[in-house]
Amino acid sequence: MTTILYSVTGLLLFVFGLFALIVCPHPLRKILGGNVMSAGIFLFLVAASYRADTGEIDAVPQAMVLTGIVVSVCITAVALVLSTRLQQAADQGARRRRKRRREEDAGE
Amino acid sequence: MDQGMKMLLTGFDLLLALTLLWLAWQLLRSTDIFKAIIFFICFGLLMSLAWVRMHAPDVALAEAAIGTGLTGPLFLAALRRIERKAGKNMMSEPAGNGEETGSRWKARNREMSPLLWTVTALTCCLAGLLIWTVLIIPRPLPGLADQVAGSLAESGVNNPVTAVLLNFRGYDTLLEVMVLLLGAITVWSITHAPFPPRVPDTSPVQKAAVRLLLPLICLIGGYLVWQGAYQTGGAFQGGAVLSAALVLLLISDFLWLPGMRSLPLRLGLTLGPLVFVLLAGFGILVEKTLLRLPVEYAGPLLLFLEAACGLSIGLTLAAFFAGGRPASDLRETPYSGEAKGKGPAES
Repeated sequence: MTTILYSVTGLLLFVFGLFALIVCPHPLRKILGGNVMSAGIFLFLVAASYRADTGEIDAVPQAMVLTGIVVSVCITAVALVLSTRLQQAADQGARRRRKRRREEDAGE
Repeated sequence: MDQGMKMLLTGFDLLLALTLLWLAWQLLRSTDIFKAIIFFICFGLLMSLAWVRMHAPDVALAEAAIGTGLTGPLFLAALRRIERKAGKNMMSEPAGNGEETGSRWKARNREMSPLLWTVTALTCCLAGLLIWTVLIIPRPLPGLADQVAGSLAESGVNNPVTAVLLNFRGYDTLLEVMVLLLGAITVWSITHAPFPPRVPDTSPVQKAAVRLLLPLICLIGGYLVWQGAYQTGGAFQGGAVLSAALVLLLISDFLWLPGMRSLPLRLGLTLGPLVFVLLAGFGILVEKTLLRLPVEYAGPLLLFLEAACGLSIGLTLAAFFAGGRPASDLRETPYSGEAKGKGPAES
C-alpha cells in the first residue's frame, strides 16, 4: 500500500515537472520543473524497492538516489549560470537595438 | 504493530503524498517566481520526510542538506542576478519600450490555447500509462538487499549505503565526483563570481553569529563524514554541511574571501577526484581490478577517501553558490558582450 502510494506520487510529480518544462516560458521555472521531475523519479525508485511487510531496505537504489541528488544539484547549478548569462546577453542585445533605433530617429 | 498505529501511518502517508503533489502544483503554476522557489524549499523538506517514511535516512539527510538546503539558495541567488540586471535596465531606459526586458518570459498563455490543450492531453495520457504500468508490475520486486548484506563484512564499513556507494559501486561514485568537478569547471568557464557579493551592509549580529557558528558547522560536517562508516551519514552529507558554512561566509561579506587566491580553491576542488583516481589505480596494482580494495585495509582507505571527497564536495557546492570563478583569478577582463572602449582580452 505504502509502496504503491509513493510510487504513484513519484510518477505524478514526474508528469507535473514534465508539463511545466514544456509549457512554462521562464527559464527558472523550467529548471524548477526539471528538479520536480528528478524528485519524482527518485521517489519512485526508492518506493519501488521498499518492502513494507518485512521492513527490509535495499541499499542499492538508495545509493543510486543519493548519487542522483548530487548530480541533479550539479546540473541545476550549471543551468542557472547559463540562464543568467542568457538573460544578460539578451538584455544587452535589446539595449543595443534600442540605441540604434534612437540614433536612426535622431538622424532623420 | 497494532491496527490503530497502522491506520495512523497510512493516513500520514496519504496526507504527505497529497501535500507533496499540491506543493509541486503550486510551485509550477504560481505567477511569482520567488514564491515558487519558497514552495520548492518546502517541497524538498517534505520530500525528506517521505524518505524517512521509506526507511532511507541517508537519502533524507542528503535531500535536506543538498537537495533543499543548497538548491534553494542557488535558485534565490540566480533570481536576484537575473532580476537585478533586468531592473537596472528598466531604470536606465525610458519607460514604455520595455517590451523585451522583463516581459519577454511572461506567459503568452491565452493565445496558444489549442497547443496547450494538446500538451495537457498528452501529459494526462502519459500519466495514465505510467500509473497503469506501476499497478501491473508483479510484486514483490527483486532486489539486491541479500547480496549487500552477505558481503557487507568485506567492505570495511557497517553502513550498507556507504558500502554500496564507495566500495561495491565505487565506479558510479567515481563518475559522480567527476561530474561535480566538470560542473565546477563549466561554471568557472562561463562567468566570474560577482565579487564582492552585493550585500550592502551586513548586520554585526550576523557577522558575530557566523563567527560563532562556523567552527560548530565544520565540526558537524566532519562528524557526519566520520559516522558514515557505521550509520547514517557520509561524504555527501558532510560535504553539504561544510558548503553551508562556506555559503554563510559568502553572504556575510567577509572581506578576506573575495581577495582569496584561487590556487588553494583549485587544489581543494580536485582533491576528492584525485584521491579517488589514485585509489582506483591502487586497486589495479594490488587486486588486479579497478576500484577493488584489499579487505583488511578497506576501512581506513574508505575513511580517507570520504574525508577527501567531503572536502571537495563542500568546496564545489560553495563554488556553485558563488556562481563563477573568483575575481582575483581573472587575468583578462570578463567578457561583456558589448565592447565599450575596453579591449576584449588583454592578457
